[in-house]
Amino acid sequence: MKNIWLYILVSAGVSYLIRATPLVLIRREITSRTLRSFLYYVPYVTLSVMTFPAILEATQSPLAGALALCTGAVLAWRGKSLLWVAASCCLVVFVAELALV
Amino acid sequence: MKENRGCFYRGARDGTPIALGYFAVAFTLGIAAKNAGFSAVQAMVESLTNNASAGEYAVFSLVAAGAGYWEVAVMTLVANARYLLMSCSLSQKLALDTPLLHRLLVAYDVTDEIFGISIAYPGRLNPWYTYGAMAVAIPGWGLGTLLGVMVGNVLPLRLASAMGVGLYGMFLAIIVPPAKKDRVVLGLVLLSFAASYAASRWSLLAGAPPGVKTIVLTVAISLGAAVLFPADGKGEAQA
Repeated sequence: MKNIWLYILVSAGVSYLIRATPLVLIRREITSRTLRSFLYYVPYVTLSVMTFPAILEATQSPLAGALALCTGAVLAWRGKSLLWVAASCCLVVFVAELALV
Repeated sequence: MKENRGCFYRGARDGTPIALGYFAVAFTLGIAAKNAGFSAVQAMVESLTNNASAGEYAVFSLVAAGAGYWEVAVMTLVANARYLLMSCSLSQKLALDTPLLHRLLVAYDVTDEIFGISIAYPGRLNPWYTYGAMAVAIPGWGLGTLLGVMVGNVLPLRLASAMGVGLYGMFLAIIVPPAKKDRVVLGLVLLSFAASYAASRWSLLAGAPPGVKTIVLTVAISLGAAVLFPADGKGEAQA
């Protein structure tokens, strides 16, 4: 049996280094136009990739997830706050699954 | 000082839905940890030092399968590689003269969610905003894992599923408003949805850990967009 604390140490070390290295090393404004554009687009692309189709699989019924997606998209489009949008998605899933599951 | 306090409270407010979502996700992670032979305290420490759902899940399954330390190190690197990109992005969002200590602290909790709200912060990121979000989100994450190990399956599925979806609602609140203002971003969001869906159906990527799909698509799509639609002047949204 291997030592669980060592596994924790290894995974914690790797996880932290991945995050800290760029923040510590990149101390100046990046001037390359392509690189700047790339970093500007990264957040939106990565969050989109993680949202769909995962939102359909996070719920017990994919339909409930789809309803949450539509609700969230419409509310966010109308400029509702983060808390509002997130809470509405939760509520929609809860109510939808009462009927669906 | 006063400004920092305001930022902290604002971060705590925006971090509240994150904490709820984290609690639900961490709870299911706790169940996986228990199966891998972690005690409740060990699982909580793993969560508090890793702050990564996919990464931790990979660690738990590897340990359960009796893998070696190197395998765990490599898998953690692969599953969490996207945080490297996020930290690069954040380095441009912080004021250039942000002291080392703040950089080291912000780095501690670069997660999909904390990164998301930090990027959405108007103008340069005040680290105290991120700390506010961390102050509520991290306890939710640690406690969820702890309870997941201790009480297993008592959280009703219905509640877990409703809480879990809050994280995606948050992502929508972050990506939709810029998409409304910038048609390139709108196109990219829709393209990313489609590509992510296609990849989840494509057997080669569907079998890979979730972090791999995310990073491959992120790099490919963002790079293509950067070459085709250089974001001149839009850099300020980032800065």
